[in-house]
Amino acid sequence: MQEMRFEAPETLDAAVALLTNAEGEARVLAGGTDLLVQLRAEIIEPALVVDIKRIPEMLAITQASDGGFKIGAAVPCQALGENMALKAAWPGVVEGAELIGSTQIQGRASMGGNLCNASPAADSVPGMVAAGATVTIIGPDGEREIPVQDLPAGPGMTTLTKGEVVAFINLPSPAPNSADAYLRFIPRTEMDIAVVGAGVAVTIDDVGVCTAARVSLGAVGERVLLVDECAAALIGTPIDDAALDNLAAAASAATRPIDDKRGTKEYRTRVAGVLARRASIIARDRVGAK
Amino acid sequence: MPDEVKLNDMDSLNWVGTRPARPDGVDKVTGKARFGADLSLPGMLHGRVLRSPHAHAILKSIDTSKAEALPGVKAVVTRDDFNDMPSEFVPAGEMMVNYRDIVRNVMAREKVLYDGHAVAAVAATSASIARKALKLIEVDYEVLPHVIDVEEAMKPEAPLLHDDLFTVGVEPAPKKPSNIAKVVEFKLGDVEKGFGEADIIVERTFNTAPVHQGYIEPHACVASVNADGLAELWVTTQGHYVVRGHCARMLGMDISKLKVTASEIGGGFGGKTVVYLEPVALALSNKSGAPVKMVMSREEVFRASGPTSGARVYVKVGAKSDGTITAGHCELKYQAGAFQGSPVQPGAMCAFAPYDLENVDVIGYDVVSNRPKVAAYRAPGAPISEFGVECVIDEIAKKIGMDPLDIRMKNAAKEGTQAAYGPKFGPIGMISSLEQAKAHDHYSAPLGENQGRGVASGFWFNIGGETCVTMNVNEDGTVALLTGTPDIGGSRASLSMMAAEELGIDVDKVRPMIADTASLPYTFLTGGSRATFAGTTAIIHASKDAIDKMRARAAQFWDVSIDEVVWENGEARPASTNVGDFDPLSIEDIAKLANSTGGPISGRAEINVQGAGPSIGTHIVDVEVDKETGRVEILRYTVLQDAGKAVHPSYVEGQFQGGAVQGIGWALNEEYIYDDNGRLENAGFLDYRIPVASDVPMIDTVIVEVPNPVHPYGVRGVGETPIVPPMAAINAAIEQATGIRFTELPMSPPKVLKALDEAAASGGDD
Repeated sequence: MQEMRFEAPETLDAAVALLTNAEGEARVLAGGTDLLVQLRAEIIEPALVVDIKRIPEMLAITQASDGGFKIGAAVPCQALGENMALKAAWPGVVEGAELIGSTQIQGRASMGGNLCNASPAADSVPGMVAAGATVTIIGPDGEREIPVQDLPAGPGMTTLTKGEVVAFINLPSPAPNSADAYLRFIPRTEMDIAVVGAGVAVTIDDVGVCTAARVSLGAVGERVLLVDECAAALIGTPIDDAALDNLAAAASAATRPIDDKRGTKEYRTRVAGVLARRASIIARDRVGAK
Repeated sequence: MPDEVKLNDMDSLNWVGTRPARPDGVDKVTGKARFGADLSLPGMLHGRVLRSPHAHAILKSIDTSKAEALPGVKAVVTRDDFNDMPSEFVPAGEMMVNYRDIVRNVMAREKVLYDGHAVAAVAATSASIARKALKLIEVDYEVLPHVIDVEEAMKPEAPLLHDDLFTVGVEPAPKKPSNIAKVVEFKLGDVEKGFGEADIIVERTFNTAPVHQGYIEPHACVASVNADGLAELWVTTQGHYVVRGHCARMLGMDISKLKVTASEIGGGFGGKTVVYLEPVALALSNKSGAPVKMVMSREEVFRASGPTSGARVYVKVGAKSDGTITAGHCELKYQAGAFQGSPVQPGAMCAFAPYDLENVDVIGYDVVSNRPKVAAYRAPGAPISEFGVECVIDEIAKKIGMDPLDIRMKNAAKEGTQAAYGPKFGPIGMISSLEQAKAHDHYSAPLGENQGRGVASGFWFNIGGETCVTMNVNEDGTVALLTGTPDIGGSRASLSMMAAEELGIDVDKVRPMIADTASLPYTFLTGGSRATFAGTTAIIHASKDAIDKMRARAAQFWDVSIDEVVWENGEARPASTNVGDFDPLSIEDIAKLANSTGGPISGRAEINVQGAGPSIGTHIVDVEVDKETGRVEILRYTVLQDAGKAVHPSYVEGQFQGGAVQGIGWALNEEYIYDDNGRLENAGFLDYRIPVASDVPMIDTVIVEVPNPVHPYGVRGVGETPIVPPMAAINAAIEQATGIRFTELPMSPPKVLKALDEAAASGGDD
């Protein structure tokens, strides 16, 4: 009978070496809140599991001199919520991460794991996409950096190649007069998976006109979508009702959802517009409150 | 009906009605409590079940040879290891089960009848070896067309589950088999005449989804069978005597050879009144010679253990313009799952039970389809039929401009009311619960935009049954209290309090324990809201037995006759000054004298408790509807229910709150989702959405006390009634918030949003 090998390297290089040389299926364990469930349900039977939580830089949040953040892929969501500078700069990113699971899950679950699990409904991803975040990937051929939205390839699949691991999530310094927000819809109040998610980041000038926007939608396509038409509906407007109506229509039009046990196509299409609108209002009002 | 008894003086109670800490509390909050999966024995094997991936298929062959050859595998069982049994119904809680069907549900024989149906089981030295072994079992299925929906299953051309199932209860008896197992009817008066007298008639058809009991602890047991045939079973169950009976019967054992111990239980709600793993674990242990532990995964719990029925419910009610109901008619089609035996009969009996009506006609159909066999769930059957009736009564009230509590008051069942299902009611709490609802500040609190308020009432019979208690007076005068009903909702606390009250001692001096099946005579399961009602009744008898023995010992010590000794405040005292000048003897004194006066002392009761009083409750709920997402939020919730007399009010309130929360899940989100092949898609708590704590407000409670005249303290069962009203109350509240009367459960966001959008498109008021 095949045994599963478990390794907990203490450097990134050692992790990459293990993954590169693995025979059979290899999995990276950050918080394990998805991986362990899949193991127990016998959805996966990997030959190798590499725990990255012993690698110090994977558990660190550092702020660069320009105000941007470098977040280790295994940083637990709880730690994101306790970092006041991060929370002030990117409240929407943090609120998305803090919606994953329960208090107990928050102590383990990470944005890196949430992203690499590649669920279209991942709660932390639309916020990162709206924020313009990138990921630093380290592999046998060195380092590369790609936008967050390019990491998932489809449900449960990523664009990582053999031996590669997501090391960091990079968030830029927010522009002046900017704010973000994330909202999701679930039938319950917590402990559930998004039926639709919407992340919005906006910049508003001194006279109240939106000068930049990024809008992303979760759980309405094979991966999280960055919707330029939604951004276009907001830019150049005071984010008033007319602009929000256009935004909602653009969001609904951009969806390509499926019917499944968590929601119907029709419902997801409709509610994507509702949530994009509501998240935009929150982001707009956050700028105003600054 | 047993005679009424003299009610105790309720003003002089020491323990009944107080709130001491529960005796099992420390174990539970420190994690020491031992549940079904917590026992391990030396040399124990791990058992796992192979389950059907098909909803309906002929089991052509099962080849277990490769699994048996895997190192570490010690036993494999299939249908060949269980004897077939004849059709015979036996009680299981408030439901009946048939041995012919149990043996087929525990291990499929000719066919598999639902996704998740057990096909084989393996015991191995580790769980992972057992898991590998399951993959080596080769099963040849001939897949058949399947049917999930109840009305589809009733059609003549529907795939037939059992070719020997002929509908019972119709004349002439059908010559062709069908999926309709039974038709029942309860009639009172003349409904045609009643509808003729009505000023308004409302008729509606409702669909309710099957819902799972959702206990947190999965089914689990450890079985150990010796070479001499003596066996032990440790199991999480609502009734270990019932488990013993079923297992002994299925395995051909003498009852005396099987000792069953009930573990702590992490919820049951009716779902742990039947057997699934237990006979399989015994068979694996018998075959391997080693103890075998079996624990279901959550997925197995959903795929293979009983929910309650989903149903189609047609209701027609006629009323005069003053609100007097002139006739009620109901047609109930309940899913039984793969084998007959849905709770349609109690559903039919309860449909109009809260009301004093002259003309009632309720017809019920018990229908099999390719789903797991239903099991009891909290007031089995009643929430489904009463949901339909309560919704229609709410609609009539709104149409004639009458307050929904007032229309219920006008038609309320009361002492002397003739119920359509047979009895004349004794004192019952319908009017009291309505009066207290009307007077409650919740009912007149202001509502905001997109908010609505609903009310509904609910009825459940409750039961008594075989109940045994032994009360051992220890040598220091403390008391060991043995009962045979597993403690699900705090019954050990209530039973200890009743013993302390009757004996006149401190509750801390009573240690309650759930005895194994060898230590007390047969005791029926915890179900039917009976554990506290029947248990306290038995304890009152056992206390009298112990007190009489202690009076006799005092009489012997004082050299007087027993009639000259009374028991007061926990002491034997001379009945009068004429008897002599003796210092009172406490239970502690008498315990010390026990050996010199004849030996150890106990009190016992072995009785079949009769006279359970029905419990009726009324719920008030406020909701807010998000008109852009269809999400319904429960803002405020109040339960007002008759408890007769609350022994431990905290656990009565806990029952009210738990029932309401389960009802909220039933109303808003819970459902089984099947794919086109009849496979269950949401077999887990992530996608089978029971409420989480943050989904519900604090459930406020009002304990109404209309004493049950056959219990010395007036106690009624309370555990089941609170799940009856929520669905209709929430339906009425949503109707008030949106103007839309929903007829399908769950009222989940996609359905609510779709209805709101359709109403808006058709020029509705939104």
